[in-house]
Amino acid sequence: MPHVMEVCTMALPVKATKTIDARGSFCPGPLMELIGYIRTAPVGEVIEVLSTDTGSRTDIPHWTQKAGHEFIGVESRGDHDAIIVRKTH
Amino acid sequence: MAGPARILILGGGVGGTIVANKLARLLRAREAQITLVDSTGQHIYQPGFLPVVFGWSEPEALIKKERALLSKRVALRVEVVDRVDPKAQLVHLATGEQLPYDYLILATGARLDLDALPGVEAAHHFYTLEAALRLRAALLQFRGGRIVIGVGGLPYKCPPAPLEAALLLDYWLRKRGLRDKTAIEWLSPIGRAFTLEAVSPAIEEQLRARGIEFRTFFNAETVDPKAREVRSLEGETVKYDLLIIVPPHRGASVVERSGLGDRQGWLPTDRETLQVKGYENVYALGDGTNLPLSKAGSTAHFEAPIIAKRIAAQIRGETPTATYDGHVMCFFESGFGKGMILDFAYDRPPVARKPTRRAHWGKLLFNRLYWEAVAKARL
Repeated sequence: MPHVMEVCTMALPVKATKTIDARGSFCPGPLMELIGYIRTAPVGEVIEVLSTDTGSRTDIPHWTQKAGHEFIGVESRGDHDAIIVRKTH
Repeated sequence: MAGPARILILGGGVGGTIVANKLARLLRAREAQITLVDSTGQHIYQPGFLPVVFGWSEPEALIKKERALLSKRVALRVEVVDRVDPKAQLVHLATGEQLPYDYLILATGARLDLDALPGVEAAHHFYTLEAALRLRAALLQFRGGRIVIGVGGLPYKCPPAPLEAALLLDYWLRKRGLRDKTAIEWLSPIGRAFTLEAVSPAIEEQLRARGIEFRTFFNAETVDPKAREVRSLEGETVKYDLLIIVPPHRGASVVERSGLGDRQGWLPTDRETLQVKGYENVYALGDGTNLPLSKAGSTAHFEAPIIAKRIAAQIRGETPTATYDGHVMCFFESGFGKGMILDFAYDRPPVARKPTRRAHWGKLLFNRLYWEAVAKARL
């Protein structure tokens, strides 16, 4: 289980080519939006999930790594987070 | 423009029916001509599928003629649509007829994509009436073993439904005296049992109390009917005797044929105005959008008045002001005559609730009121 101790307030040096805007999403929630999208995404795509749900900071990295993708980091953008992952297979 | 504005609605499910009826109330005949196109002319109450599985509802009670639900001011065409041409503002029917429009509302819903999950034909589900009846027949023959309930693709209609199925199965098997011969396992696609974080701990407590196993981060990827195993994309394998899988979902084929949808066929929709992105005069609601909201009847119910008001304003040359706030309300049945009402919006998280008898009866009342009050846009 990854420890997400740091949330960056500066932009991470990676550009996302897909944004999933899951702000204000309670059900099904940001993680489910990511899982749904990532299955049809091209391999190598960098995806940012915008979330107002603080649980996303841990559950998205957790799932990403369990599913064998790359968790890049979390950027704080004021009133929401951008959780950035890369599809690796 | 000369004459009444032509409003075309594709799809006669919850969203299409309610928005058509709302528009008929808001606009006079000289202001708008409203036409709804549906491929079957039948309106099916989908929340009834799960009760059908357990014999608590009869299929006939779930189907009504769409014409009976629509205001007289709404013309109904029972036709298959081939594609939409938003640049030409035309809808092409499968017969070749073209329907021009000034405003288009896409209420085309979600469809099941059984091809997307290898081996899924070996699994049961309850997302069509036929499948619900097949599952009912299988359960009536069931004499014990391992029942596994999982999810084959995201998003899907009614996020709580498979968890409700697990809880109701526990209840039903106890009544039939088969519970001690049965293991029930719920395979949750996320890191907890239930989608709503505020409510999940209480649900997990119920699962434990009722001896329902669950595991997390299990997204079903293939089914091996010979080995009776379901494998997840996270690399785990679970054995079953009876498997219930929520099938993968996609947007409607007409959306894909028209080149309007994203990779899964969902319509890119503005979360507040409900306009399809890139078009001033095309709106979407219900299961067919790409919004990060529950695919639920209540979502379409709350979206419909927003679209009706915006189109009315556009027709009258006014600035539309109505915006959708993400409101969703769901009933969650947990068996033993109890349920929960879950209510939330973009800016308002759901509140943890305990299952109550009142919520269960509320759901039963809603089921009865649906035809007269909800579909006809009186509520």
